[in-house]
Amino acid sequence: MKQIHKQKSLFDPAIVKRAFADSLKKLNPAILYKNPVMFVVEIGAVVTSYYYFGQAFGSLSGNATFSGLISLWLWFTVLFATFAEAMAEGRGKAQADALRKTKTETTAKKIGANGDVDIVNATLLRKEDIVLVEAGDVIPGDGEAVEGIASVDESAITGESAPVIRESGGDRSAVTGGTRVLSDWIKVKITSNPGETFIDRMISLVEGAERQKTPNEIALTILLSGLTIIFLVALIALSLYASYMQSPVSIVVMVSLLVCLIPTTIGGLLSAIGIAGIDRVLQRNVLAMSGRAVEAAGDVNTLLLDKTGTITIGNRMATEFIPAPNVSIEELVAAAELSSLSDETPEGRSIVTLARSIVAELPSDLLKAEKTFIPFTAQTRMSGVDVAGRTIRKGAVDAISRFVGAEVSPEVNAAVERIAKSGGTPLSVAENGRILGVIHLKDIVKQGMRSRFDQLRAMGIRTVMITGDNPLTAAAIAGEAGVDDYLAEATPETKMALIRKEQTQGKLVAMTGDGTNDAPALAQADVGVAMNTGTMAAKEAGNMVDLDSNPTKLIEIVEIGKQLLMTRGALTTFSISNDVAKYFAIIPAMFMVAFPQLGVLNIMGLHSPESAILSSVIFNALIIVALIPLALKGIKYRPLGASVVLRRNILIYGVGGLIIPFIGIKAIDLIVSSIGF
Amino acid sequence: MTFNGIFQFVVFLGVIVLITKPLGIYITKVFTSEWTFLTRVLGPLERLIYKLCRIRPDQEMRWTVYSIAMIAFSVVSMIVLYIIMRVQSALPFNPAGMPNVPSDLSFNTAVSFTTNTNWQAYSGESTMSYFTQMAGLAFHNFTSAAVGICIAVAVVRGFSRSSAQTIGNFWTDLIRCSLYILFPLSILVGIFLVSQGVIQNLNPYQTITTLEGAKQTITMGPVASQEAIKMIGTNGGGFFNANSAHPFENPTPLSNFVQIICIFLIPASLTYFFGRMVKDQKQGWVIFAVMTFLFSVGFFVIYNAEQSGNPIHSSLGMNQRQTETQAGGNMEGKEVRFGIAQTALFATVTTDASCGAVDGMHDSFTPIGGMVPLVNIMLGEIIFGGVGSGLYGMLIFVLLAVFIAGLMVGRTPEYLGKKIGAKEVKLAVLALLSMVFVILSFSGWASVHPDALASLNNQGAHGLSEILYAFTSAAGNNGSAFAGLNANTMFYNITLGITMLVGRFFVIVPILAVAGSMVKKVSTAPSPGTFLTNTPLFGALLVMVILIVGGLTFFPALSLGPILEHLLMNAGKLF
Repeated sequence: MKQIHKQKSLFDPAIVKRAFADSLKKLNPAILYKNPVMFVVEIGAVVTSYYYFGQAFGSLSGNATFSGLISLWLWFTVLFATFAEAMAEGRGKAQADALRKTKTETTAKKIGANGDVDIVNATLLRKEDIVLVEAGDVIPGDGEAVEGIASVDESAITGESAPVIRESGGDRSAVTGGTRVLSDWIKVKITSNPGETFIDRMISLVEGAERQKTPNEIALTILLSGLTIIFLVALIALSLYASYMQSPVSIVVMVSLLVCLIPTTIGGLLSAIGIAGIDRVLQRNVLAMSGRAVEAAGDVNTLLLDKTGTITIGNRMATEFIPAPNVSIEELVAAAELSSLSDETPEGRSIVTLARSIVAELPSDLLKAEKTFIPFTAQTRMSGVDVAGRTIRKGAVDAISRFVGAEVSPEVNAAVERIAKSGGTPLSVAENGRILGVIHLKDIVKQGMRSRFDQLRAMGIRTVMITGDNPLTAAAIAGEAGVDDYLAEATPETKMALIRKEQTQGKLVAMTGDGTNDAPALAQADVGVAMNTGTMAAKEAGNMVDLDSNPTKLIEIVEIGKQLLMTRGALTTFSISNDVAKYFAIIPAMFMVAFPQLGVLNIMGLHSPESAILSSVIFNALIIVALIPLALKGIKYRPLGASVVLRRNILIYGVGGLIIPFIGIKAIDLIVSSIGF
Repeated sequence: MTFNGIFQFVVFLGVIVLITKPLGIYITKVFTSEWTFLTRVLGPLERLIYKLCRIRPDQEMRWTVYSIAMIAFSVVSMIVLYIIMRVQSALPFNPAGMPNVPSDLSFNTAVSFTTNTNWQAYSGESTMSYFTQMAGLAFHNFTSAAVGICIAVAVVRGFSRSSAQTIGNFWTDLIRCSLYILFPLSILVGIFLVSQGVIQNLNPYQTITTLEGAKQTITMGPVASQEAIKMIGTNGGGFFNANSAHPFENPTPLSNFVQIICIFLIPASLTYFFGRMVKDQKQGWVIFAVMTFLFSVGFFVIYNAEQSGNPIHSSLGMNQRQTETQAGGNMEGKEVRFGIAQTALFATVTTDASCGAVDGMHDSFTPIGGMVPLVNIMLGEIIFGGVGSGLYGMLIFVLLAVFIAGLMVGRTPEYLGKKIGAKEVKLAVLALLSMVFVILSFSGWASVHPDALASLNNQGAHGLSEILYAFTSAAGNNGSAFAGLNANTMFYNITLGITMLVGRFFVIVPILAVAGSMVKKVSTAPSPGTFLTNTPLFGALLVMVILIVGGLTFFPALSLGPILEHLLMNAGKLF
């Protein structure tokens, strides 16, 4: 899976180069106005540039060098912000290019009404058309296999090189345009028009072309715009007060103070944070259909996890042999191993493995002897082997009893009950009409799940295991895995009801699913992650698609969502805290000439009014650049309770945000003053 | 600072803490229509009023209807007050023969009393007839206070109810608030004030001959009845121009102490009411603690600044130390019977709450001592604040604090289990912005407008403080005056009138809209991932947000006003 979504380093040269070009394009006011904070900075840059040119050519009075430097750094401020956004988009764009290559002109074998095959251009295909795809052909569009079976290479979209089977009917019928049939053939009913295919959507998603602001981003933008307006009014009032005090302040200085005060740090990085969030999800090979979905993932209260594949490893394993009375353990183990030698199911293999760990080797003559294997069928519900006059069978307890025609002894019965109660599956073994004992097959909970669920609990997320098992089995596995709750004998309806119930309590629900019958629940859930191996209906219904089809990833997605929101909050707090120091730099600088007493506010001991203002503006611009890596990577996430996280982040970004600019501005002032300001 | 001064502060705070819970419980009962000990007496009266006014008390309103009812009530009562003032010479109870009040002053005063500001561009004893004082101004003292409390109650309902539509019935709230809370408290306090020597009569002004043989006019009037509601309703509009510094309004240190208690009475209790309504008492106490902290800091800054006095006096050899026989410090503009500590306490309390009554002249405080009242109002009248308005104003800051910092726990911010979205942020910012906008834009305009500058008693930094204080006081619906500014001019009457209207209704309507939006939301039970808002950590955060947002907005203005004045004073320059 690592081929196309391989981790590119944060500052990959190709991406940086492209971002430089894009960041210049983003200076266009028609685009920039969507970011009110940076738009104000751009206007400020234009105004100060006007003063610079006016002063340089003598039509306006004032210090041209100072105005020039201020305007230069204001342009940098805007540029750094657009660069951050371009960087965040960069990786997506690189991926979109890779995807576009798969969209090269393809032809399709369209099957006409009378069954003729026409070779047509793939772009002419419409919904409901039927095409034939044979070995070596590229599937011309998204659709559903209606006939045949084929192995398909889907690496173009998933990055996974191992071929997958696609066949008509069932949950493996969905095919994606741009993937290639390796062997056999299928007939595909096209389900999307050109331009609306999965690959098209994927390209526009990773490129961020259709990016819309998420609800939280909108709320934050409103807050930042509000603060910007407040500062604008405060500074207009200040210039009026200043003229009343007969100490008027120049426009260039006013603009500098305004830019320093409005929340440029978060304003400049806000969209980059959002894009980077989607990108981080994509690096995990999950395609988020919208930023909204990623954000919702951070808010999830309840996680619905399928038992099989997510919580348990998906296959039951033999863990124990329990011999019947008067049967030695060795006899039972040997019979069980013999019967499973050619059983290639994971259960069969686990029996052999366990048997070999108990009894060293079967006698070699027995291994070499002629054997007839009886495969498992749904009718007999047992399998086995006939060898050297011995008839060995293993299978469901009632099926074996019927086969043997004997009553099960009370001891064996007790063992069977014990196994069932613990959530396992008992398997009877019989030889020549005699029941030898039972094998305990157990659902194995994946390693580390319990601590994972503990972490989720600490984060305030409740986990619910969804399983088709009976309540008894479900309870046992739920207890072992450490989930908070379980839904046994789950049907699509009960699953849907559970989601609705949680949602009416104001909770947000996340789930994964792959089958068509999961589609309604996926659509209802706040975060629905569809498996790429699943049906088209499931993929359409969910708001994320996991290209690796790994249900455990839901947990990572939740973490990314939280990290995204935290990064926004942290940088907002940082940005606002920064203002305190800037006041102490600029206010004394503005009025120190007229009122030397205000010099006591110059607690940083900045060199001169010009150096103080210039240093603040430079700090304000550089802090954006300095924080680009943080915005793109997200702040460090630890699965801890809210209070701990809050205390930490307030300390780092709130208190840190108060202190850092004092140090930064002073340092810049030392440099600026040493070169003559 | 003296032990006695600090002791008075501690006693004051202790009384407030003790009263908050019982009165909070009583207020809760009143607004949830439960049985109280007064129901037996007032119940029949209440039902009679409903019958006469055709109010159906069980018919609840959505926020839009609630707002319309509130605005309609305010506008009609404002027009009535305006008319009373314009024709008072033809009305009864006018023994001093006061002429009709000019139109701009009537507009200003009508707005002022309707908005619970009680900014007084006039002198009561030389402008208003007894009828105007009683039927016009005192009526508004009750109703404007009741409206404020109603809004807070409706907003709290919005936060505490889950998946609902309505936030109460404005008329029921208004009547129950007046009947069960304001009237009984006013009667109680009024009688106490009379016992201390506050006058209560309808006699004409008395002319007496002083010891020196000069003639002096002694003003009379129904003072005690108006004085009680002036404090309880955080109105602050004095019967006399000197307000609570006048011996007929506030004769003794004890009456002074009770008046200060009365200001915080309802605002403090409403925090308990809030906790009870949202079924988490700690939520209320956190808000109470934040208010108490900001209040305490303010008091000690003023007290210290006033007790330290003026360094220029010291350099001239004047003794400003506190001794057995003299108060020491800066006694200019303070009443000898109250002293520095009680005056500092009164000034802090009256500007924390949007009361605006004064027992000393803020204009005569030292620059830093005078800056604290200004800052208190600038923070949005949320340190206990006006009756009702303090709580809903604080909730705006709570929403902002939750939104800014709440993101840092990795979830969409929520308060009391309800998510805060774009709509709530927009409304909270609008409320905050309106107040900031009128203060800054009008004070900026006034600082360069010749008509406005002509009203100034002082120039330079102190003059700027005077202008700033006037608009801040109006926008915060405080109503206290810095004095030193002749506000009864066309320019100030109109601009301050507009400022008061914006400061009141551009905050109330957005916060009611927030309530209307919150009431529909489902409240989710807290989990370990929830950002808790009932902890000391949140309290500290809230303080930080209030100070940083308020500070950042007004620091430039303050730096050229009181801060510069303070620095210049230390350098030996006065205005």
